[in-house]
Amino acid sequence: MAYSEKVLDHYENPRNVGAFGKEDEGVGTGMVGAPACGDVMKLQIKVGKDGVIEDAKFKTYGCGSAIASSSLVTEWVKGKTVEQALEIKNTQIAEELALPPVKIHCSILAEDAIKAAVADYKKKQG
Amino acid sequence: MLKFPIYLDYSATTPVDPRVAQAMIPWLTEHFGNPASRSHAYGWEAEKAVEDAREQVARLVNADAKEIVWTSGATESNNLAIKGAAQFYKGKGKHIITLKTEHKAVLDTFRELERQGFEATYLDVQENGLVDLSALKDAIRPDTILVSVMFVNNEIGVVQPIAQIGEICREKGIVFHVDAAQATGKVEIDLQTLKVDLMSFSAHKTYGPKGIGALYVRRKPRARLEAQMHGGGHERGLRSGTLATHQIVGMGEAFRIAREEMKTENERVGALRDRLMKGLQDIDATYINGDVEHRVPHNLNISFAYVEGESLIMAIKDVAVSSGSACTSASLEPSYVLRALGRNDELAHSSIRFTIGRFTTEEEVDYTIDLLHKKIGKLRELSPLWEMVQDGVDLDSVQWAAH
Ligand SMILES: Cc1ncc(COP(=O)(O)O)c(C=O)c1O
Ligand code: FES
Repeated sequence: MAYSEKVLDHYENPRNVGAFGKEDEGVGTGMVGAPACGDVMKLQIKVGKDGVIEDAKFKTYGCGSAIASSSLVTEWVKGKTVEQALEIKNTQIAEELALPPVKIHCSILAEDAIKAAVADYKKKQG
Repeated sequence: MLKFPIYLDYSATTPVDPRVAQAMIPWLTEHFGNPASRSHAYGWEAEKAVEDAREQVARLVNADAKEIVWTSGATESNNLAIKGAAQFYKGKGKHIITLKTEHKAVLDTFRELERQGFEATYLDVQENGLVDLSALKDAIRPDTILVSVMFVNNEIGVVQPIAQIGEICREKGIVFHVDAAQATGKVEIDLQTLKVDLMSFSAHKTYGPKGIGALYVRRKPRARLEAQMHGGGHERGLRSGTLATHQIVGMGEAFRIAREEMKTENERVGALRDRLMKGLQDIDATYINGDVEHRVPHNLNISFAYVEGESLIMAIKDVAVSSGSACTSASLEPSYVLRALGRNDELAHSSIRFTIGRFTTEEEVDYTIDLLHKKIGKLRELSPLWEMVQDGVDLDSVQWAAH
């Protein structure tokens, strides 16, 4: 499997690896995928009072493309409002990372992770 | 000086031993005759070279040279043996038996025979990868005509109890085929004592060239086959096609070296494998796949929990190894062999097969141990599963959003 430069860069130097406390103020946690499928992505966003995402962290169990996709979206969501973050599409991720067709679902997983994190955030806001 | 990537995939294929390559070359350029040419010296010398090589192959497995048929490799040998025997004996019955952990060259041939109207049983193996002999006995029916069991498994390196299976089959008059592609030069094979009727060999797993193999066809008691390749009637009609003299010479030389050096080589390679195994077992949450006792000396198949196989392969690209699998969604299935051992999908996903060989050095093994320690650590830092386990979460209790 040949990987693009960008996938390799994110894979070698993943951005924003780590975790926030799940119960912390303004934190939304999304976990998608399943170990049996070979991929689990955990994305967390930290949203300020103004509704803007201040910070994001991820951990991913999955292939290089899944790691790169999740690393990339942590960069992309920062500075966006939660509504803007929901507009990020897997096709943009796939294009940015030049993912081959068999790896498109890794980018879909990253899009799903954003949605799940935002949903969790909203639920906690009540 | 280390050369990268470090080759630890000797069960996929081996380099041709330089002595083998040397022996082959004259048969390409100078002595190019067709071994079937009876009317001149070019043909005679080629025929002699082919017969000398046949003798070398026979000697490694203690058979008679007349029992060796040249093929293009173990895939073809398996096809010829299984289809050939099933078709020859179909008047006696239509039931055939093999294991779920066989190589695709056997499994897919069985599937083809099912399409032709045969009935197949694919036996489960035990958790250690070995066949359960009582399950085999139970599976045998009055109309069973063929049993096919591999000598050494290509993924996990376990050695099946071929002698006992041979006794069971012979007693019932069932043809017994063994795929020995991974066994030559690794385990003793004595066809005078083993009750095996048909045995497949490949050159390129034993430091010979790719594209050449052989099938052992027992003469006493005689195993009968229907030919699968028709033509000039070469190899006593069992496999037509002009013999590839240089390839055959290469296989003969490779098998001669295997016979002469097997003992010392297995000791050296086994010590390196044990060094690797010890070095990697230091890592938390690692599992060895397949029986450790009944195993060839050069294989280590190990799963690293909570890291995914493909990203692991990517992380350790300085070593050339095989992975059980990657993510199912990318249509790369987790290893069916590991699943047959009852390994869960996560562990099947994160398995690595290391196979050591003639040219592996201690320095290479030590480098590999060090690399794995570093990279597994890094990937676990990244792994939400590892984080959950560290936090005391039981992963089986989690409701995963499967997709
Ligand atoms: C157990 C087993 N059988 C058969 C084969 C196929 O051998 P060949 O490549 O000679 O066709 C292999 C090699 O991949 C093998 O490991
Ligand atoms: S996570 Fe499945 S192939 Fe990338």
